[in-house]
Amino acid sequence: MSSPSIEAVNLSKRYGSFLALSNLSLKIEGSKCVGFLGPNGAGKTTTLKIFTDMIRASEGRALINGVDVHLNKKQALNSVGALIESPEIYPALTPREALSMVSDLRGLPRAESRKKIEETVAEVKMSEWLDKKVGKFSKGMKQRINVAAALLSDPEIIILDEPTTGLDPRGQSEVRDIVKDLKKKNRLVFMSSHLLNEVQEICDEVAMIDHGKLIVYDRLSNVTARFSADGSNSVEIETSKDIDDQTINSNIASFADVSSVERLDSRKVRIHFSGGFQNQERLLEDLVAMKIGLISFRPSSSALEDTYLKLIKDTL
Amino acid sequence: MTQPTPSTLSIWKKRVVPSSVSQVGTITKYELVNYFRSRRFFVLLIIGLIISGLLTALVGYYRPESFLSSALNFYSSWWAGSITFVIILSGIFYGGDAISGEFQNKTGYFLVANPLRRSSIYVGKWLGALMASMIMLGVFAAITIGNGVYYFGLNIPYQLWESLLFSVLYLIAVLGFTFFFSSLFKGTSMSILVTAILFLFAFNLIQTLVEGLVKIEPWFLITYGAQIIGNVLVDPYPTTRTQGFGRDAFTSYAATIPEGIAILLTYFLVTAVLGLLLFEKKEFT
Repeated sequence: MSSPSIEAVNLSKRYGSFLALSNLSLKIEGSKCVGFLGPNGAGKTTTLKIFTDMIRASEGRALINGVDVHLNKKQALNSVGALIESPEIYPALTPREALSMVSDLRGLPRAESRKKIEETVAEVKMSEWLDKKVGKFSKGMKQRINVAAALLSDPEIIILDEPTTGLDPRGQSEVRDIVKDLKKKNRLVFMSSHLLNEVQEICDEVAMIDHGKLIVYDRLSNVTARFSADGSNSVEIETSKDIDDQTINSNIASFADVSSVERLDSRKVRIHFSGGFQNQERLLEDLVAMKIGLISFRPSSSALEDTYLKLIKDTL
Repeated sequence: MTQPTPSTLSIWKKRVVPSSVSQVGTITKYELVNYFRSRRFFVLLIIGLIISGLLTALVGYYRPESFLSSALNFYSSWWAGSITFVIILSGIFYGGDAISGEFQNKTGYFLVANPLRRSSIYVGKWLGALMASMIMLGVFAAITIGNGVYYFGLNIPYQLWESLLFSVLYLIAVLGFTFFFSSLFKGTSMSILVTAILFLFAFNLIQTLVEGLVKIEPWFLITYGAQIIGNVLVDPYPTTRTQGFGRDAFTSYAATIPEGIAILLTYFLVTAVLGLLLFEKKEFT
């Protein structure tokens, strides 16, 4: 079986004289999470809607696993679970009924359907609401059921359009955990978001779009490195005890590839370094070897934000 | 690159998307569940019961000659006088926002991103509306026949069964038409309003004007075709007649049964195809 893929081939979309998407070509392949970023009106949702046949491309083709979504929607979307914007469910139905409808439409075996629905609803922490009418739910609760509907059939490709919209912080965190689990299950997740730290936390790759044009598509670390002022990456570390100035200025700053070190507070430091994954791995090993009580090591959230702001500003 | 695990592979290989016919059945089933749970089914049922109750009480109390002179007259006055109104109400209640609601209420976003054709959604919803309306029609017919049996015994004229069949055909045409208008608009209030105005006022007004002023047979109006529901309960079957002479002449047109069937079928086929095409083209922007 070939790896899951999503491909836009010269995709354009016009609304009257407004060009929402301009000749977008993008191929995403393999099991990974790809963040789809861009400002409001950039064309993110338009792209995702074309991939789910909710709107039609003016030009070009949208392919899922090599199958044209518009020409053969049933085959193309068979392997896709999608959550576009915030759908509403018939208010008189219960989550069990709404998900049974999705299950029936997708041909899940009856014997497995009931168990699968209960498992998926438990995953989005809505078990106690399984047999209550959706009409009484809050926006966040409905969004949880929408996430469950997208995951119900164990799709190999998941298309999510700002999936944490309307969710409280706990709900957002839970959805992020679900996406991380999907990565472990070797799924391809294509996810638009305005939350850069969310993308930084869970995505392996990032595609940025503005004014309907693809600006960049690459690994997250490559994108932040390529577009940062000095070509460097940065990570934020946190320790269980205070870090003294000497450790920062003499020890950490002297590591190979480290360009500068910035104290955030008594236990948090941001380290700027050049190079990609290999250098990042070596830096982590060096920090662990220092035995400074390292409890957290993650790419700096500001790196993606800096890159995003630079790229988007540059296109204005 | 990592490959899918054997367990997930087996799930993907096993799963086959159901046929479009099966998916239509699924949409119909849940559309009916939604109707039965929502207020609109019971509101319409109550309206139907109120109309039937009023007729039962009025006929029982006043014993009007026009109703009780013969079994055929009874069914003609009772059934033909009110069933078209019940059908139009069903069309407005179930068809008025059936498609536009999918856009305005965003329920379509939940369905459309699944591996199913839009035509399956359209047909499934249409069948759901037809079945819910048929229940309504069945209840109204049962009360009508119950009253008829009370006054005239089990001697039910065969014309009533013909009229029932034509009523179903009219219901099919009305739902085709209302679904078409529902596809035309993205807002539910507009589609419901236009449908209601057309069926409750506009068609009748146009028919009166066309017959009285233009003096041509209004064969292009669905309401003209629907006259066969009542005409079949008149013995002898009404024919086109002209009264008066010259400029004062007035022609009363009556569609024959084949003409009526043709008008209703044409309305259904044309509006069903147009509605389906509109829904296929419409974008969830």
